[in-house]
This record gives sequence, C-alpha cells and structure tokens, in this order.
Amino acid sequence: MIDRFLAWLGETPWSVALLESLYAWPLIESTHVLTLGLFVGATIMMDLRLTGLAFRNVPVQSFTGRLLPWTHAGFIVMTVTGLLLFYSQPLRYYHNVFFRVKVLVMIAAGINAFVFHRGAHRRAAAWGADAMPPRAARIAGTVSLTAWALVVVTGRLIAYNWFDCDIQPQPGWVNWLAGCEAVTE
Amino acid sequence: MLEPFFRWCQSTLIGQAVADSVWAFPILEAVHLLGLCLLGGALLVVDLRMLGVGLTGQPVSRLARHARPWLVAAIVVMVATGVPLFLSEAIKAYYNTSFWVKMSTLPVALGFTFGVRERVARNEGMEPGPRCKVIGAVSLALWFTVAAAGRWIGFS
Repeated sequence: MIDRFLAWLGETPWSVALLESLYAWPLIESTHVLTLGLFVGATIMMDLRLTGLAFRNVPVQSFTGRLLPWTHAGFIVMTVTGLLLFYSQPLRYYHNVFFRVKVLVMIAAGINAFVFHRGAHRRAAAWGADAMPPRAARIAGTVSLTAWALVVVTGRLIAYNWFDCDIQPQPGWVNWLAGCEAVTE
Repeated sequence: MLEPFFRWCQSTLIGQAVADSVWAFPILEAVHLLGLCLLGGALLVVDLRMLGVGLTGQPVSRLARHARPWLVAAIVVMVATGVPLFLSEAIKAYYNTSFWVKMSTLPVALGFTFGVRERVARNEGMEPGPRCKVIGAVSLALWFTVAAAGRWIGFS
C-alpha cells in the first residue's frame, strides 16, 4: 500500500517537474547540503561541549539557550529541502538502503536529544559550568556525534544505486533491508 | 597552458586508484562532507558571535580560541579528502567553471580567516564593533561561496 501511494506521489506533475528540472533540483539539493554546515555544524559544537572536548569554560546553557535556535532553524531548512528531494523520487528513496538506514539513525538521534533535554539538561544549572559534564551528558554528546556523522555519510550515499531493487542479484539481507520483494510483487 | 598539468594529476597513482575504485570516491565525498559540517560549526560559532548573535554571553576572543583547533582540523580533513577527489577527475575539473570559482575563492577565504579574522577575533571582547561585524559577514560570504561552488562542481 505504501508502494502504491509513493508510486502515485512520484507521478504527480510537481514531482515529475522537480525531478526533471534543470535548476530547481540542484538548488534544493545544494541548499540541503550547505545547511549541513549550520545544522550539523552547530550540533557538533554543542556535542563537543557536552563531551568536555571543547569550549570547556563556556557554560552548556549558553549553547542550549543561544545556539540551539540556530540549530532549529537549520533543522527546518534541512527538513523542508529533504522532503522536497524525497518528493522528487519517493519510490526510489523509500527502497534505498542508505535512505532507510539514514531515517532510522535520525530517529535514534531524535530520541537521544529528547532524553538529554528531559533528563541531564534539566539539572544543567548544577553542572553546566563544569569543564567536564556528567556522564549522562557525555554519553548524549557522543551518541549525537556518532548518529549525525552516520546520517551525513548515509545521506551522501543515497545518490548511489548499488543496492537498488532494479540492480540484481543482491544478497538476501540487502533485498530485505531495501524491501525489494514489495516492488517485484 | 595548465591542461597538461591537470592531465598529469589524473594520471597519478592516487588519481587512478580513486577513479578505478567503486567505493573510494563516495567514501572520500562522505568524509569531505563530514569535514564541511565541522568547518561550518567552527566558523559559524565565531562568525555569528562577531555579528552580535549566537553565543552572545561569551567574549568573541574566547569562542575564537576554542574553535580554532576544530577549524584547523576541519580544513585538514577537507584538504586531505579534497585532493584525491580532485586527482580522480582533474580533467573534468579543468573544464568546470565551478571548480575554478571554488579554487580562486578558497585561498582568499583561507587568507582572510587566518590573516584578518583570526587577529581581530582574538582581541575582540563582549561588544563587537562595526569592523568586527563586517569581518564576520565577509567570512560567512567567502566560505559560503567556496561551499556552494564546491557543491556545484558535481552539477555542471
């Protein structure tokens, strides 16, 4: 059912126009990539602070209070441009192994951020000025750094069709991960 | 005039190895992008502050001092991955306008960052003046041009 919906979505005039556009698609893709510098860049800086690796005499609340709005702005741009890119080729991306891993890791990164803000960050008044944040914050920073690095790498690799369903034969687990049976049915 | 040099670049061992490999180019690209993220973060934290926004509770000099090693690390990663990426398709790059835009802006951005911005940021406190703001804005504009032209190499 998802496949039928995405196939329909990919045949809507705007989706076709976007994919075949001379400048719109590259401009949206470029915006998506350049905004990495803002969104992932700002996230990395905050994570480095949380792990105690950098900005050790800058209070954590400075980052969560004054840099986070910029991170959020970056996230909005990433999401809008990312959804547009997905809309240009929904069925292909949905069955792309790298895309699937990327989405899963993004969900994990989101849960990690949620847990941090609901947990250790609530007590930041007590430890925010410490050069070395408590264990929970260091773990949150490390998980975030790892997760977003994976998101960037898998995101870049989506462009490659090595494991796409129309490239066969593939190992069974690749077809399973890409959900290829659904396509051939 | 430079074309023979670019042909030679592509014929180097590294250029050939990357061009012949299925995985090398994509992996180098991905790491190049990770470098971009780190570069963006290390630049923005300071540039935004120089513009009077972002981490406004901290003096410019402190942020610049902390960000510097990460900025240098990011540039090292980007050059270390960028050079083999270039070597693998040097002839394409030679005929690519975006490549030349990037390569002419890059030295300007580097010189400006370490020659001008660094010196000003190091001595700037809590109230960045107009000169500081202009320098922050110029830094952002220069690096934006490098990154945008870099991305466009693949599209043109």
